[in-house]
Order: sequence, then structure tokens, then C-alpha cells
Amino acid sequence: MRALSYTVAPSAEAAVARFAAAQGSARYIAGGTNLYDLMKLGIEHPAHLIDVSRIDGMDAIETDGDILRFGGRALMTDVAYTPVVRDQYPVLSESLLKAASQQLRNMATVGGNLLQRTRCMYFRNGAGSTSMVGVYPCNKREPGSGCSAIGGLDRTHAVLGTSEACTAVAPGDWPVALMAMDATIEMLGPEGPRNLPIAEFYRLPGDTPHREFNLHPGELVTAITVRKTPAGRASTYHKIRDRESYAFALASAAVALEMDGATVRTARIALGGVATTPWRSRAAEAIVTGSPLTPELALRAGRAAFADARGGQHNAFKIELGARVIADALIIAAERRA
Amino acid sequence: MEDERSETTQTCGVTRRVVLASGAGAAAASILPLEQRAQAQQQFARAETGQTVQVSANVNGRPVILEIDSRASLLDLLRERRELTGTKKGCDHGQCGACTVHLDGRPVSSCLTLAAKIDGRQVTTIEGLAEGADLHPMQQAFIDNDALQCGYCTPGQIMSAVACVTGGHATSPDAIREFMSGNICRCGAYVGILAAVQQAAKVMEG
Ligand SMILES: Cc1cc2nc3c(=O)[nH]c(=O)nc-3n(C[C@H](O)[C@H](O)[C@H](O)COP(=O)(O)OP(=O)(O)OC[C@H]3O[C@@H](n4cnc5c(N)ncnc54)[C@H](O)[C@@H]3O)c2cc1C
Ligand code: SF4
Ligand code: FES
Ligand code: FES
Repeated sequence: MRALSYTVAPSAEAAVARFAAAQGSARYIAGGTNLYDLMKLGIEHPAHLIDVSRIDGMDAIETDGDILRFGGRALMTDVAYTPVVRDQYPVLSESLLKAASQQLRNMATVGGNLLQRTRCMYFRNGAGSTSMVGVYPCNKREPGSGCSAIGGLDRTHAVLGTSEACTAVAPGDWPVALMAMDATIEMLGPEGPRNLPIAEFYRLPGDTPHREFNLHPGELVTAITVRKTPAGRASTYHKIRDRESYAFALASAAVALEMDGATVRTARIALGGVATTPWRSRAAEAIVTGSPLTPELALRAGRAAFADARGGQHNAFKIELGARVIADALIIAAERRA
Repeated sequence: MEDERSETTQTCGVTRRVVLASGAGAAAASILPLEQRAQAQQQFARAETGQTVQVSANVNGRPVILEIDSRASLLDLLRERRELTGTKKGCDHGQCGACTVHLDGRPVSSCLTLAAKIDGRQVTTIEGLAEGADLHPMQQAFIDNDALQCGYCTPGQIMSAVACVTGGHATSPDAIREFMSGNICRCGAYVGILAAVQQAAKVMEG
């Protein structure tokens, strides 16, 4: 790890100004659970760390008005256990509580979570062995070097949104829930503040897989907002992993419904663990909207979400698994209607 | 700045860690008078390369002021600079829980906590749980329930287990298992760990 300077930013404005002064060699650090890990793996090498985890007020969680507003440095634990979130937006709360471990959720912020990088083990330099540094080509780590996962060990990789350059999965759970809830990302940059719908925040890998976010250099995520909706209550984040807990998703679904009796009035469906970005499925939503929800219809919706999926060497199982995860999530969400 | 040494070194003079850490110098160090040996060790401990930051924190109830490498982890600060070697390094990547300590009363993975981040905050390690000779009820419960085999994961397990009870998560076996899932036990002592948390919960909740 290269030597670096470390400073604590007292305010969002100060953080942005410091970033600009460092001329590209700085990184913001919040919990550090992803950035510091990647620094240890020799993948990120900032010369300056600007700690944004103590910015005054940027940990506020506001639930009073028409929107839910989560400060960019609010901890995953604190957002997950906020009563309104836990009781009226289970999809949000569950996406946080089914991620990482209680220790990591006490460190990790909801803003940093949006920007975590893939767990593709080739990207991570052979998962931590220092002798593996730089051994495997990876277009995300070293643009233009090639992709070791395509035709390689791709069991955890994406089946949706892939390209010839990269099939890495977007790892976060929270962004999937936010995608279903049409969240907005509030940012402050050198040019001033800017809001972006989460649907426009993530980039498909295409031929530039190293560019994952539509975030300008130096932009700080100051808050995440979700418009309040009755769909929050009949919602769930359903996550299937290799083990029961403390693992990334093999396939997951964020589902939120508005129901008229047994009939689905509106549906929001987003997928995790199977795509290169948090993935909204309008096709699945269209299948259930306006119809009484049955297990058969739910599975048909699940299958529709994967109509364009492409399996690789070892991950084709995700196509059937993912469809069933959506189907189960629809049933769970529907059972929660008031 | 006074780099206050831990109790172990002060009372025993030389510990296994001094010998390990001094490496080639160990043979010479073992024939030096106590005072010089301590100085030699301090020099070793102070060999920070890179850029440094000053942190002022409270560790196990004692004030600590240290000049540390800005890249250092809290785990390395505790083990290498404070000789608090109860906190273990398993994976160094947030994946095992062996390094769990409390920061301002909440469990964190000290391997992924930048040491610089503890400035102005309170750290509790496994060494800070007992009150004098009285073990914390959770420590006693781990002993009573054989909740370990090799013991390497145990300090981290106990730090999480204490928070499991104080945070109100010890409500059922499943809730305990879920809360404790961030602490991996290679020896598979999970049955004993669950029993220990249940026993200690009764004592702690009175
Ligand atoms: C063992 C392990 C298991 C995990 N399991 C899961 C899981 O199951 N599901 C899941 O979703 N996540 C999981 N995670 C990932 C974890 O949730 C993320 O690492 C965490 O949310 C990142 O937040 P942070 O505050 O620590 O970010 P940091 O590591 O501090 O930063 C991450 C990135 O975001 C940038 N950044 C941080 N804050 C801001 C801001 N406010 N504005 C602009 N940029 C910012 C940083 O520069 C950096 O590039 C796991 C992590 C580990 C280590
Ligand atoms: S899938 Fe993407 S991240 Fe993984 S090796 Fe290929 S290019 Fe790198
Ligand atoms: S050593 Fe920190 S989690 Fe493994
Ligand atoms: S007792 Fe050996 S790892 Fe848990």
C-alpha cells in the first residue's frame, strides 16, 4: 500500500474542495469496508484519503415529510433499524440487514454501499493472495487487459447486462432495493449540487467496465431519498446465498406491491446477484400488473425477467434460480399487504 | 510523546511477542538489562515508515496518544503498538470476525477500520471486558460451555456475543445465530457458542 495523507472533512463543502485541491489523487473514505480492503489488495492506491464519515449532519435520517431521506454517511445499521423503515419499508430494511455482518454494518455507510466494487475474484487479484497480484487479466482493474472470468470460473457472475468485456456482478443489496423504490441520489460536486435517479446512476459494462458509476470526479453522495409510497409495506428483499447469512447474493429480488385484494395494482421488481448493475425488470412487472397473483403467474413473471439472460460456463443455474427468487419474493410481498 | 507500554511488558519484562518481533536482535536483547531491552523494543514499535497521523483515543479505559502510519489498521495498532494481542488477525479483509472490537460501544472489524479513524473515540478489546479478576459473564459462559476448541476466533466471538445481548438480539437461537454470523469458527464450536450466549444473556439481563 502506498504512503498516503489522511484528513477528516468537517463539511461536505470542505470535502469537495479538498478533493479538487488534490487533483485526482484523492479518494473519499467513509466506513472503508470496501476502499481499505481494495487498498490492501493492491487494487486502489489513493495518495490522499478524505474521511467523510464525520461530516456534520450527513448522518441524518429524516422520515417526517413526503420522503425518506438518508444522509450519505448514515450507517447501514442505523438506517435498517429506523422504525419507519423497518415497519413500513421492509424491502429497504431487509436489503441492509441481509448484507455483510453486524460488525461491517456498524462501519459501512449507505452512501459508500452504492459505490462498492465487484467481488469478481479475478478483479480482486485472486481473492487476496499477494502472489496473485496482476496475474489475472481484468478489464475492470486494468482496462484493455482482457477478462479472465469469461470462459473461466464464472459461477458467481452475471447473466444479465453482460458484455464481451466483463460479466462481473454488481454486489450490493441496498442499491437493488433502492432501484425498486425509484430512489434519488443527491450529490455535491465541484460544480455544485446535483440529483440523479438511481436508474441513471449505474453504467452497463459495455467496453468500459472500469467505469461503473455516473458520478463525476470529486462528487460526494450527500443523501439518498425515497418518495413515500404505500407500496413500501407489501415489500420484501429476498436473497439467496451459498450460506444462510454473511454472504453476497447468488440471486436476489426486491419486490414492492400495491394490491387490490388479491389483484396486483402496481408492481416494482428489481434483481440482484444476477446482473452487472442493480437491475429493474419492467417485463416481470408487466406480467403481474392487473392480475390476481397466483404462484403460476409469479413464476411466469420471474421467467420473463430472464428472457434475455445469457449463462456462461458455470452460472447458467442463476437463470432458473433467479426466476424462482422473483416468484417467491412476489408471494412474500403480497402476503404483507395491509 | 510517551508511548505507554502495556501491563504485560511492564510486569513480565519480556514477552513472547518481544522475542518474535525483535527477530535477529532477539538473542542480543535477551542478555541486555531490562531497561535497554524495553528501549530497543520501543524503537522497533515506533518504526513507522510512510506519512503519519496523531490519534488520541481511549483504549480499554485508558487514554492513548500515538503517532501512527496513516495506512495502519486499528487491528495492527492494537496488536503491534499497544501489545493488545487478544484481538486476532484471521483474514485481514473483513471476512471472519476474529478482529472484532467495540468502537464507541459497537462491534466493528478492526482489520478494516483505519487506525486514524479512532481519534477522539473509545475502543474496547477483549482485554477490557473483565473487571479486575472478575471475568465478564460472557467470558465465563464461553468457559462453562466449552465454546471453543483452538480459541483463535474466541475473542472476536465474545466481543460480538456481548453486543448480541446488550443490543437485544439474543431473543431466540435463530436470532443469535444470525447476529453472530459475522464470526466464523474454523473449529465449528457453534453449538457451544450458542449455548454460551444463551447462558450469559440470562446473567446479563438479570
Ligand atoms: C466480508 C464482507 C461482506 C460483505 N457482504 C455484503 C453483502 O452481502 N451485501 C452488500 O450489499 N454489501 C456487502 N459488503 C460490502 C459493504 O456493504 C460495503 O463495503 C459498504 O457498504 C461500503 O460502505 P463504506 O462506507 O464502508 O464505503 P467505503 O469503503 O468507505 O467507500 C467505498 C467507495 O465509495 C466511495 N465513497 C464512500 N462514501 C462516499 C460518499 N459519501 N460520496 C462519494 N463517494 C463515497 C469511496 O471513495 C469508495 O470508492 C460486504 C463487505 C465485506 C468486507
Ligand atoms: S468479469 Fe469483469 S471484473 Fe471479472 S475479470 Fe472479467 S473484466 Fe474483470
Ligand atoms: S481479521 Fe478482521 S474480519 Fe478477519
Ligand atoms: S475455536 Fe478454533 S476457530 Fe473457533
